[in-house]
Amino acid sequence: MSEFKSNNKVVNWIEDRLPIFSMMQHSAIEYPTPRNLNYWWNFGSLAAVMLIIMILTGLFLAMNYAANTSLAFDSVEHIMRDVNYGWLLRYLHANGASMFFILVYIHIFRGLYYGSYKSPREILWFVGIAIFLAMMATGFMGYVLPWGQMSFWGATVITNLFSAFPVVGDYIVTLLWGGFSVDNPTLNRFFALHFLLPFVIVGLVVIHVWALHTVKSNNPLGIEMKGPQDSIPFHPYYTIKDLYGIGLFMMVYLAFVFWAPNFFGEPDNYIPANPMVTPTHIVPEWYYLPFYAILRAFTMDLWIIPAKLQGVLAMFSAILILFALPWLDTSKVRSAKFRPLYRQFFWLFLADCLVLGYVGGKPAEGNLVMIGQICTAYYFAHFLVILPLLGKIEKTKALPASISQPVIKAAALGIMILVGLAGFTGQAQANEGGEPLKTPEGGFSWEGVFGRYDKPTLKRGYQVFHDVCSACHSMKLVAYRNLAEIGFTADEVKDFAAEKEVQDGPNDEGAMYARPARPSDRFVPPFANEKAAQAANGGALPPDLSLMAKARNHGPHYVYSLLLGYEDAAPEGHPIPEGKSFNHYFPGNAISMPMVVNDDIVAYADGTKASKEQIAKDVVTFLNWAAEPELDARKSMGTSVMVFLGLLTALLFALKRQIWKDVH
Amino acid sequence: MADQAHNAQPSSVDGQTRRDFLLYATTAVGVVGTGIALWPFVHSMNPAADTLALSTTDVDISAIKPGQSVTVVWRGKPVFVRRRTPEEIAAAEQANVSELRDPQKDSDRVKKAEWLILVGVCTHLGCVPLGQKPADPRGEFGGWFCPCHGSHYDTSGRIRKGPAPRNLAVPPYQFTSDTTVRIG
Repeated sequence: MSEFKSNNKVVNWIEDRLPIFSMMQHSAIEYPTPRNLNYWWNFGSLAAVMLIIMILTGLFLAMNYAANTSLAFDSVEHIMRDVNYGWLLRYLHANGASMFFILVYIHIFRGLYYGSYKSPREILWFVGIAIFLAMMATGFMGYVLPWGQMSFWGATVITNLFSAFPVVGDYIVTLLWGGFSVDNPTLNRFFALHFLLPFVIVGLVVIHVWALHTVKSNNPLGIEMKGPQDSIPFHPYYTIKDLYGIGLFMMVYLAFVFWAPNFFGEPDNYIPANPMVTPTHIVPEWYYLPFYAILRAFTMDLWIIPAKLQGVLAMFSAILILFALPWLDTSKVRSAKFRPLYRQFFWLFLADCLVLGYVGGKPAEGNLVMIGQICTAYYFAHFLVILPLLGKIEKTKALPASISQPVIKAAALGIMILVGLAGFTGQAQANEGGEPLKTPEGGFSWEGVFGRYDKPTLKRGYQVFHDVCSACHSMKLVAYRNLAEIGFTADEVKDFAAEKEVQDGPNDEGAMYARPARPSDRFVPPFANEKAAQAANGGALPPDLSLMAKARNHGPHYVYSLLLGYEDAAPEGHPIPEGKSFNHYFPGNAISMPMVVNDDIVAYADGTKASKEQIAKDVVTFLNWAAEPELDARKSMGTSVMVFLGLLTALLFALKRQIWKDVH
Repeated sequence: MADQAHNAQPSSVDGQTRRDFLLYATTAVGVVGTGIALWPFVHSMNPAADTLALSTTDVDISAIKPGQSVTVVWRGKPVFVRRRTPEEIAAAEQANVSELRDPQKDSDRVKKAEWLILVGVCTHLGCVPLGQKPADPRGEFGGWFCPCHGSHYDTSGRIRKGPAPRNLAVPPYQFTSDTTVRIG
């Protein structure tokens, strides 16, 4: 390391009082880094970038979010529909959470593979685990904030974990809730903590990097740098390599944001929280699934420890055991490159975690229970039996004398892992009814990378909603003014609004009065309240349709199939209660909504022939627009962003090759 | 950054040019991209679509007698609707426009001389001037008086004395019938 020198007087003046320039030169420019780091070493800086994006998007989301149980769900939809680029901020944040965990999991498994937790990097490793724990807490509380069904029931289940502890358990849970169930106080404190914890993570990251710079990076060979010939300065070699990695990563991340923004989400979370009804299949977010599987693996009471407590203890132990890893792994050799046996067990352990994740995302039924138990046992055996023994019996390969030979691997491998990890999040996406879903002839116009809404279809769809659906169903999140976006003129919008009356007031005499709705009003519901809607529909509440296309698995295809899936009479062996209809696609087949979609139930203003398939396709298109009004803007922006990122990443790649060509 | 690699391994002049070009091109593209990416964040702080849509207020003016005022809310701000007496109209019209700080004829500030409609926010620092209620002080010119820093407005809402730089603003409005006004 050279002494910091500058000819600039201002720089020297500052440097004498706050040695910030020498610190930057020392730790970000000259910092000696092993010359043989492969692309798996990119994930630390990627995670840091992701943390910054999360804090930034989160900050601007918080400016528009209301942490109150009666406002939270609608305020999130307000962000999605009315706030400028609100949909972008929210989808960046929601998908960012998943990306953050993917990056950190890869980062952790890289550490496991190359033995980065071994002396002298134990504290570096501990701080990393602390970051992981803080991330889990932050992610969990963030998922509660939209106050959908999964938010509410996730919060209920996870806080109830603490009830497993004897004596104090129930008190802890009441304390966490601030009441006798998950309710407004819970939401308020979760929001406050969700805002705080990311900054705690920033602090931990600073300590993590401090520890790293003290002991220096591990490397694929797992041997220490022995002299200047083994290292290169961090800048420009690793700054450019990290930037190139960021370019590639942004393309993967933003592909989800712009084309599959709800891929990692659960449709149930587009249903507002309802403390009276638990969704039939609740799952945590994908990144907790392996631990969720461990939690559920314990089903028998043992001595004085009930199964519930065993599961909770095992789940916490599964993470805490990582703290003991530097001593459980008794091998002196770090990198799996030179540990032929450990390398096999590493991949087995990774596979075990993936299977646990898969099991955690499925209902606890049949063989899966046993598979989960076996995998849980293996998880702990890996740490408690295999690793201690391996160090004793394994014949490691000879370590090279120095690391000056370069080892560079393809970035494509990283993307493969991303896709693979993403793959097992597709849990529970299949249609539970069993029958394959119907698709309209030619598909829906908005599907696919370049698909957009078709305005004539949307206008016909609105007519179906207006003439038929709106007799029973509300659509509270959509305003009449929004109809201008699908091609209605300002006067038509005014007329649609003026058909309905809304209550306003009080006037100067203090009386409430009815006035015609205005374009700025949201769609006026057909019934005064939920009870009235239930009473008028034989006890069944017609659900609000604002988010229907996002609130069911395969939303648009499900609704399309449902509308066309009626039978006049229930088939043999499928008795249907009085007052219900038989539908092939409705869970349980007995649906309260009668068959309404039939040929010619509407007379289209544009003269299109109103076959029932046409009607179903049109109204589903309209429903999808109601749920995702930003879709056209989202995909257009996505295309431009991808073209831009392609160019930037290509430039970064060329620059990286230019900078590195003398090192290789 | 160029220096270090250069010192470590002398490259050809050609390679150096190529590298400089790549460095500048990449930096330019990166900086432009980052700049554009910041716009959605900034724009998210501008008024949302539902806020913009709530930009009209209907006022029933049938019950307002000459000399009376009402205050209504438009875009979260008070709007003064005053039905002026003939004397007030005369006073407003006779003021010497050229002597005013913010010269404006009374006829340019009203659609019907009887009805004066103003945004009730002092142009100095945003307080609500007094003068709407009968008991309120109306300042030296019979219009409005801002108690915060002593600005006097006349019966046309024009600044006549005090620190305010401009006349009280006239919002966009139209008479939708003889008895209703739509502001916004």
